[in-house]
Amino acid sequence: MAMNANRPTSPHLQIYKLPLTGIISISHRMTGVLLSAGLLLFVYLMSALASGANAYAAMQAVTGLWVVTLIYWGFVYALFFHLCHGIRHLIWDTGRSFEPETLTRYALIELLASFALTVATLTTI
Amino acid sequence: MAEFTLPKNSVLTEGKTFKAPQGASNIRRFEVYRWNPESGENPRVDAYELDMDDCGPMVLDAILKIKNDVDSTLTFRRSCREGVCGSCAMNVNGKNTLACTKAIDSYSGTVKIFPLPHMQVVKDLVPDMTHFYAQYASIKPWIETQTPAPADTERLQSREDRAKLDGLYECVLCACCSTSCPSYWWNSERYLGPAVLLQAYRWLADSRDENAGERLDGLDDPFKLYRCHTIMNCTDTCPKGLNPAKAIAETKKLLVKRQLG
Repeated sequence: MAMNANRPTSPHLQIYKLPLTGIISISHRMTGVLLSAGLLLFVYLMSALASGANAYAAMQAVTGLWVVTLIYWGFVYALFFHLCHGIRHLIWDTGRSFEPETLTRYALIELLASFALTVATLTTI
Repeated sequence: MAEFTLPKNSVLTEGKTFKAPQGASNIRRFEVYRWNPESGENPRVDAYELDMDDCGPMVLDAILKIKNDVDSTLTFRRSCREGVCGSCAMNVNGKNTLACTKAIDSYSGTVKIFPLPHMQVVKDLVPDMTHFYAQYASIKPWIETQTPAPADTERLQSREDRAKLDGLYECVLCACCSTSCPSYWWNSERYLGPAVLLQAYRWLADSRDENAGERLDGLDDPFKLYRCHTIMNCTDTCPKGLNPAKAIAETKKLLVKRQLG
């Protein structure tokens, strides 16, 4: 039989059902990228503050849009989620909390904690 | 590099459907990945409707029934049928497992069976394990000593030291964990993957081994060990209930300890 060098790669992302921890892990990476990109918006805010009344008024018009408000909320949530999972990584680095039965529980705690922190932040400022 | 889609020759096509025999009332549908190296065609997914009243309880029983009664060309690995040999590792309904220890009744509806993910397929459910085994050999999976062997006895181990190997020695190298790991999918040329890293730790944790320094030197590498990002798919999927992610964390700790002196 002629050996077939053109072997297919078996399906991976197409078929794998990521567990909650896997979804959290990729979300951690994605929020990291988005937070970096979001810093551009932050720079825009800062420069608008520094560039006088006209730029400030224009910036206020932009931030008043509901889409921008939504992005802002998302940014704050991404920040806290990234922080919470970062803390989870620190705990893991000490060799603790790897028990399979705790994985989903901790993941849910992270999600709820970041949600609570987001609400707390948005309602106090 | 991470590639998220399948190469052209690996894209799935629709396959054949094999209907259940007349009069069967308890029917279950199994969709199985098929690829024949001699056909020159892309992989396809064949569907088999089986009579569950005439089939054993495990996923492997269903696969054997297909091979024996429906389609003898179906190719897969199996041996012990009790979770000890690790041969029948495959992806069932989106999660890697041993077909022999997984009950069909633990799923509802159609059962979808694929080879271990992101592997080169030899035929049907048989992936090429050459690279995986070469990686295993690279961590020197045997005791290495510096001191001369005791004259009259074996190298003995206390019960406490032996207990440190629990949760490590049970690994059957089925590769369910390594092939569940996205990091291993994208970097398997250089990243050792959870199974081999668990084995590496198994020898680090063995009180009789005297080569920890060299073992750690070998692992202290941005790719071999540190492509682990604690995604936890490995621990989630291990059909033996082991914890490769924890073993990797312990290995990282040993490296930090050594660094700090």
